[in-house]
Amino acid sequence: MAGLSGHVNFCECLQERRNMAEVQEAQHTHEPVGFVRRYIFSTDHKVIGIQYLLTAMFVAVVAGLLAMLIRLQLAWPDAKWPLLEKIFPVGMEGGVMNPDFYLALVTMHGTLMVFFVISFALVSGIGNYIIPLQIGARDMAFPFLNMLSYWVGLLATLVMFASFFVEGGAAGSGWTAYPPLSAVPEASPGSGMGQTLWLLGMALFIVSFTMGGLNYFATVVNLRTKGMSMMRLPMTIWCLFIAAILGLLAFPPLTAAAILLLFDRHGGTSFFLPAGLFFGDKLLPHAGGTPLLWQHLFWFLGHPEVYILLLPALGIAFDVLPPFIRKPIFGYRMSIYSLGAVGALSMVVWGHHMFVSGMSPYLGEFFSIGTMIITIPSAIIGLNLLASLWGAKIRFTTAMLFALAVISLFGAGGFGGIFLGTATADIFLHDTYFVVGHFHFMIAGVTLFGLFAGIYYWFPKMFGRMMNERWGKLHFWFTLIGYYIVFFGMHFQGFGGMPRRYYSFAKYEYLQGMQGMNVFISICAFFMAAAQFVFLANFFWSLWKGPKAERNPWQATTLEWMAPSPPPHGNWGDVQPVVHRWPYEYSLPGAPADFTPQTVSPAEAKVTW
Amino acid sequence: MNDAHAVETLASPWGGGVAPFGTSWQKLMMWVFIVTDGLLFAGLLASYGFVRLASPHWPDQTQVFHLQFIGVMTFILISSSATMASAVAAVREGRRALAVRFLLLTILGGLCFLGMQVYEWATFIGQGARLYANPWGPPAFSASFFVITGFHGTHVLSGIVILGITAWRAATGRSSKEGVELAGLYWHFVDLVWVFVFTLFYLV
Repeated sequence: MAGLSGHVNFCECLQERRNMAEVQEAQHTHEPVGFVRRYIFSTDHKVIGIQYLLTAMFVAVVAGLLAMLIRLQLAWPDAKWPLLEKIFPVGMEGGVMNPDFYLALVTMHGTLMVFFVISFALVSGIGNYIIPLQIGARDMAFPFLNMLSYWVGLLATLVMFASFFVEGGAAGSGWTAYPPLSAVPEASPGSGMGQTLWLLGMALFIVSFTMGGLNYFATVVNLRTKGMSMMRLPMTIWCLFIAAILGLLAFPPLTAAAILLLFDRHGGTSFFLPAGLFFGDKLLPHAGGTPLLWQHLFWFLGHPEVYILLLPALGIAFDVLPPFIRKPIFGYRMSIYSLGAVGALSMVVWGHHMFVSGMSPYLGEFFSIGTMIITIPSAIIGLNLLASLWGAKIRFTTAMLFALAVISLFGAGGFGGIFLGTATADIFLHDTYFVVGHFHFMIAGVTLFGLFAGIYYWFPKMFGRMMNERWGKLHFWFTLIGYYIVFFGMHFQGFGGMPRRYYSFAKYEYLQGMQGMNVFISICAFFMAAAQFVFLANFFWSLWKGPKAERNPWQATTLEWMAPSPPPHGNWGDVQPVVHRWPYEYSLPGAPADFTPQTVSPAEAKVTW
Repeated sequence: MNDAHAVETLASPWGGGVAPFGTSWQKLMMWVFIVTDGLLFAGLLASYGFVRLASPHWPDQTQVFHLQFIGVMTFILISSSATMASAVAAVREGRRALAVRFLLLTILGGLCFLGMQVYEWATFIGQGARLYANPWGPPAFSASFFVITGFHGTHVLSGIVILGITAWRAATGRSSKEGVELAGLYWHFVDLVWVFVFTLFYLV
């Protein structure tokens, strides 16, 4: 009896769900009218994705120019730049950069690039655009929350930008915002209002990112179209899915830390401040806290954050490869399990950022071993990408070149990571330019090249036009060569003991030999930055003038290429696609073409899985 | 599309096209949100543990707090979870008027809890407790108290607002069964967090 009623309930439930789906279907065919609803306050995942991308592009220009100012100071520390004084009358007083301004540049370059460029563009931008298209849905699960997420994110960006214009300038305690520098408003000019705005901006960013993460999770789990089982999801979706879970787990403790830090700054509490701190002649009234608490809470987010950004870039590389090698990727399932392992392990290795904080060597050993273990699944992913190329006849499009660069940087950066993950080596290399070089390969390089791969690859789908390949390749080679010179060079400077975050090395005898290298790196960095304008020109020129793209210009198999370019509101017209096979069905024996899209039925070509 | 294939692809709930956990995305999202919000409290409570361990001594809570009073507060909040569950059950059976009555009872419980918390804070502040100092020694004691109970209190307050909206919508016949259930999930979560705060801050 119980079983029977259970069955009846289940049927009712199904019926209800079907009705709901019909209602949703009906709603989705209503296209928004009016410019504002369609392009500005839009709930369409595609518009929101593009909004994120364009915002990130703007922030990237600003944050990139900040990096150029940093390089200017490092290469020619005493030179006068009268022109820059006109733009930054306070920071560049007398044409020479002042140290506080330099620290603000370093801090804001890092913060903006990590959270407001890479997170925005890669996770929120490409993620929003591509998730519903690749899983065969009409939109994200909660479109309104999605829109809210973008606008809160934009507010966070504006708060961060505003901090440049307050008294004392932007925050200067690094993107990690270690106390006491970030906790005591008197500590440095940037520790005043600038740091408060930094914390508020971060809090808003976390709110925005959490809304996005909830949406990603619910969408991937619940809104997959018929036949799209988890083991038929394209790798980009798998990576974004794992990244969303990591974000949802890792960001809340940072929120807690930010709240406590705000109380330390403005409420007089001492969560992060020990007794006996002096500033000038003044003894601070704080007692009982410890700056180590911040480091733990920050890196509990900070390390998974690396993977939150890295995984989507690897996923894009996995998806960009097959159309240009015309064969399936190597080790699909193995890669998914490895991604899961990387995600899980990334939550328990945060201590490898804190080897010199005075933690117990036994604890350090635990984090060292954890870090060594995480290299195993990471290496599997990297080698699967590499093995996919075996025996392929590669089509060297710009998107493909960038995807290949992802593999290269992931390998090179990964080797550097082994040095830093070992406590003994890290004690020497900690806080040197080796670290700067390493994370620019990984969290900046892999992600940036993955992002470019994604943009060149999906641009025809997004805007219905092709990007210019010749300019794209020019952009690629300048960026790649520049990137390797600049950041590989920094690894060597780190071996030479050059510390990061220093304003000037003029007073350090042992670093005088590095000055020539600094000048060379700066010049290469300027060239690399200039190459990005080639990309911007290509992007906007192609947007209006590029040749029209067909539905599936790369002859790819995944679902997004089954929709028109650009897809209409609701993505699929009247009928949602049904999936019959895994996403990488290339060169299938007996199939009519060398690529078999996921929607091709088993009657037309046999299904491998 | 061929029907035979549609049936074939629907064989497993993970095959797409249906919700694999048998829940709507709204409820799924609420659960995940509860996990993240729980981790936020975990961060705060872990920080509290960190500063407490770093502190050479810690005040005896039985001397500082009136634990019977806190016990009554806890009892009221947990009882409000029971009325909330009754509201969800009533709305499932389609008895809206009853559901609204239970929702209002839940809100009343929440308001009682908040009122008692205000009284507790007022007493505490009257005795000289501040964010940065307190008469019992380690400043981290009062700082953690205000931050953690304050943060939980704002959650209760937001819960009351959500329940108010839900009750209003239920009374005017606009809320879905699931809307009440989701509000209930959040309310139970807020109560559960209090159990942890009560145990870790007042008892241990």
